[in-house]
Amino acid sequence: MKNEFKVIADLIEKDMKVLDVGCADGTLMRFLKDNKNINIRGLEISKEKVQECISKGLTVIEGNAEKDLKQFPDKSFDYVVLSQTLQAFLNPELVLDELLRVGKKAIVTIPNFGYWKVRFHLLLKGTMPVTKTLPDEWYNTPNLHMCTIKDFFHFVKSKDIKIFKSLALNNLNTSIINESNLGVKNLFADLGIFLIEK
Amino acid sequence: MNTEKNIKTLIVKKPLKLDCGKTIKDFPIAYETYGSLNSKKDNAILVFHALTGDQFVTGINPVTKKEGWWSYAVGSNKAIDTNKYFVICSNVIGGCMGSYGPSHKDPDQKIFGTNFPVITINDMVNAQYNLLDHFGIDKLFSITGGSMGGMQVLQFISNFPDKSKTVIPIATTSSHSAQNIAFNELGRQAITADSNWKDGNYTSNETNPGKGLAVARMAAHITYLSKKGLQEKFGRKLQEREDLKFGFDADFQIESYLRYQGSVFVDRFDANSYLYITRAMDYFDLAKQFNGDLSEAFINTKAKFFIISFTSDWLYPTQENKDIVIALNSIGADVGFVEIESDKGHDSFLLDVPDFLSALKNFLDKSYEEN
Repeated sequence: MKNEFKVIADLIEKDMKVLDVGCADGTLMRFLKDNKNINIRGLEISKEKVQECISKGLTVIEGNAEKDLKQFPDKSFDYVVLSQTLQAFLNPELVLDELLRVGKKAIVTIPNFGYWKVRFHLLLKGTMPVTKTLPDEWYNTPNLHMCTIKDFFHFVKSKDIKIFKSLALNNLNTSIINESNLGVKNLFADLGIFLIEK
Repeated sequence: MNTEKNIKTLIVKKPLKLDCGKTIKDFPIAYETYGSLNSKKDNAILVFHALTGDQFVTGINPVTKKEGWWSYAVGSNKAIDTNKYFVICSNVIGGCMGSYGPSHKDPDQKIFGTNFPVITINDMVNAQYNLLDHFGIDKLFSITGGSMGGMQVLQFISNFPDKSKTVIPIATTSSHSAQNIAFNELGRQAITADSNWKDGNYTSNETNPGKGLAVARMAAHITYLSKKGLQEKFGRKLQEREDLKFGFDADFQIESYLRYQGSVFVDRFDANSYLYITRAMDYFDLAKQFNGDLSEAFINTKAKFFIISFTSDWLYPTQENKDIVIALNSIGADVGFVEIESDKGHDSFLLDVPDFLSALKNFLDKSYEEN
């Protein structure tokens, strides 16, 4: 299981009720269910991935986060997780609002467009960056709204969203992001993980 | 249709008050079982059949001599594995495969016909609930069914919230739409317009409204398929002829196919039962039973739901199945949902649709492991 999921799992206490939005093949869900006794639900848009989750005994609803989060009542989950998908929505702001309405807290991870490799790629090659966390070409990427860790940090602050924890990931290294080291983390992390609440 | 020797029957002694206000008692419920009940009695699955189904879910139906209606899904090593689970299915009341219905006799030994009380989906499941006592089952492992079977699933868990661990409504709705009612009315009108129907008293003189019933079946059959499925299977292909005959015989294969479907149906189904059962479906509106709030129907159950719809089903479309998911989510129920890709229309749940069958199997087996 990828390091990102281990970090997310560490942010969640045992016996919680959690919704994994865009749960894919259910790897994180299965881990949370088995190791933390989490009452876990998933929302996933791909039929194939939904089938994979069912074969793992996971409760998943086939659906689209931009349309289908509204069926969940306010604060009906302790945590809502959104892993590396925010940038792929037509309206990320609306999805973020929905995550924070449905969940008492939300854990959002974003691939960092401010990562030095991304910057260097554009600077030196002059073509749209392709990296490990951003593997697609400009013409087939699902990512519509790329942002940097700094962008996201400022964005949530501007929306009066409380940041409980923000973490920078670079391969296996995890470090804490704060106001003073934001510039450095924004350069050296390829993934940002934010625990937030509204 | 004298086939009683192959039909297992439970006589329900307890009076059952029907939604129409009448009370029935000492009435028969015809049922069949597959697999065996384990010693803990925790492996029972109650299957509910659709409009024209019966208790003979799988294997050869001893009455029609044809494969059971859910042979693809139920059997040894199949999605609903009879090596593992004890499958019970009963004919709905109002039906014509042995359960109390319009072809039965009233206390004066006169065949009911349309004097049989109008029944509802609620009445059907209340009648079938007696099977649990009969088998000494405190809690079912699962209840499932497609189409009208799915309606019974929803009504059952609403009436008996702690009587099943898992709940699998398939290709169904919580409320019959105007379009659904319209198609059913078309079928009923075809039957009652047949001069042999005689206000439902046809059984007394052995002439059945077969033509009307066949037309009803033909019209309904179209609604079970998809345009794409029909086009791919039949297109404009001609029936055993080189060219159009400029007449009203079945020139096209689709015509011939529908006529065949109509003709085989009248051999196994009773016209009055068709009226009664379609009426029960039309009256079905689970939300209305709870002042318009569907969630309230499920507020008392802790069961795990898994709802399945099909992309090409326009009779009970995905959105109507999703409405059930939404109602369940709004009360924090444990609900999964998948829409299966299939061009086989509403009938997909009865056919060999591998993604559907594997989802059903995985859900059941994984849920059973967690027991």
